[in-house]
Amino acid sequence: MSTPTLPHTPAKIKAETKNFNFYYGDFHALKNINIQLGENQVTALIGPSGCGKSTLLRSFNRMHDLYAGNRYEGELILHPDDTNLIDPRVDPIEVRMRLSMVFQKPNPFPKSIYENVIYGQRVRGVKNRSILDDKVEEALTNAALWNEVKHRLNDMAFALSGGQQQRLCIARALATDPEVLLFDEPTSALDPIATASIEELIGELKEKVTILIVTHNMQQAARVSDYTAYMYLGEMVEFGVTDEIFIKPKDKRTEDYITGRFG
Amino acid sequence: MSLPPEEIAAIRANIASRKTNDLIFATIGICCLGFALITIAALFVDMAVTGWARFRPEFFTEFPSRRAAQAGILSAWVGSLLVMTVTAMVAIPLGVAAGVWLEEYAPKHWITDVIEININNLAGVPSIVFGLLALGLFVYTFGLGQSVRTAGLTLALLILPVVIVATREAIRSIPLMVREASFGLGATKWQTTRDHIVPYSMPGILTGIILGMSRAIGETAPIITIGALTFIAFLPPAPITDVAPFISFEWLKAPFTVMPIQIFNWTSRPDPAFHANAAAAGAILVAMTLSMNALAIYLRFRLRRNIKW
Repeated sequence: MSTPTLPHTPAKIKAETKNFNFYYGDFHALKNINIQLGENQVTALIGPSGCGKSTLLRSFNRMHDLYAGNRYEGELILHPDDTNLIDPRVDPIEVRMRLSMVFQKPNPFPKSIYENVIYGQRVRGVKNRSILDDKVEEALTNAALWNEVKHRLNDMAFALSGGQQQRLCIARALATDPEVLLFDEPTSALDPIATASIEELIGELKEKVTILIVTHNMQQAARVSDYTAYMYLGEMVEFGVTDEIFIKPKDKRTEDYITGRFG
Repeated sequence: MSLPPEEIAAIRANIASRKTNDLIFATIGICCLGFALITIAALFVDMAVTGWARFRPEFFTEFPSRRAAQAGILSAWVGSLLVMTVTAMVAIPLGVAAGVWLEEYAPKHWITDVIEININNLAGVPSIVFGLLALGLFVYTFGLGQSVRTAGLTLALLILPVVIVATREAIRSIPLMVREASFGLGATKWQTTRDHIVPYSMPGILTGIILGMSRAIGETAPIITIGALTFIAFLPPAPITDVAPFISFEWLKAPFTVMPIQIFNWTSRPDPAFHANAAAAGAILVAMTLSMNALAIYLRFRLRRNIKW
């Protein structure tokens, strides 16, 4: 599949950070990050363990607010309304209603498949059964799980395989109609076949939603993403079109990481 | 490279000599366990044998009497039941809510640390001290009388730390990722608590509640301190009446006795016939406690079936 050449920075930006800094207490975890997420494109964050890629991803839906002593600085803008997501005046609940997250390990609730998918609608107070039913079908269809589970929506989520559970978590994230979908190493706990199906799904989902994905697997970044950012020690070393990053990185550190010299 | 036969033999001898220690420890462990189990079983069997003649239906439906053969435990088991009802109704909501607040809502600073240390210490305070507190506070200051409600409140205070600690432990065993999944979907703290934290920690909370209750049902010292009567030949007013509004809470104010006090009373009589009564009542009390523990184990098993992490 040949992709048309992408501009150096995304043409239509859905979200971006401007001089973004993050601190765990006194520890300066992210330093002056500037990244743009192109609308309906997949942006991958790569880098060695501890480089801050998950920290950056979790900033996008204010997960750090759950724990004391964390601090954001700078801007993290969601377009087109230009809301600064990390502004203390913006409720983290609003942020999490607009940007959904899929976690490292499948983490379904110990509830039925149906209740898992619909939880995001439940917290909003939606009670109309036919709306909820439609949402469940739509989300599970988009997560490529509908055909496998449509006859057993009331089964416990734990009855599913690991890959199915992760797709269930993707459906749960989609059922809130997010503007941006955040993936935090979504395949790190899955076998190669389940991984391939999730990667394929990510390719399909970008038609509907903007995607930011953290991965420790460089091949995965190369396969699924349009843009890639290489992070190291809390800094964004290089950001650009995925093919260029992988074929001719500009920075020596990026090249060393990609060629497997360290990391 | 291959080892000469004498070195292989040496390796085998070495393994055998080290495994002897395994055997020695296992033997000592089994002996200790056996000693504890046999002692408890002997006590229970001795009680059941001594009181055997008293296990008749009348034993449960008769009031205490001056004649040992006619005395029963009606007022005692009804009293225990009523006191336990009050205890449960007070200790469960207070303990669970306090545990949830401490774990989910409390800001983390030195005041909450002090509260935490205090709760852990309260679990170790001798029960008679709770009795003295209750006598001063509930009986004299609040004027609640030497009644079912005073006893229920006292025992509730006694088991509150157990319920709080069990609630917190249960909540802590919920993985962070499940919590984050709920918040990640835009749930508020209360929605996360109500829909996830409390339901998923229910097996642990229930176990804590029932273990606390089975401790409370056998407590004697604080109940004596607040002035439970040792001889009661009547029942508290029934909670359901034939006149509107059909529900009466007069029983809360009634004087009462409970199983351990009835047992204590009979044991202190000189006539050995009463000792048989005490033994029978003791066996019944142990059976009640054991069945509550069995219920706790069953509930934990039932509720955990659907929860895997």
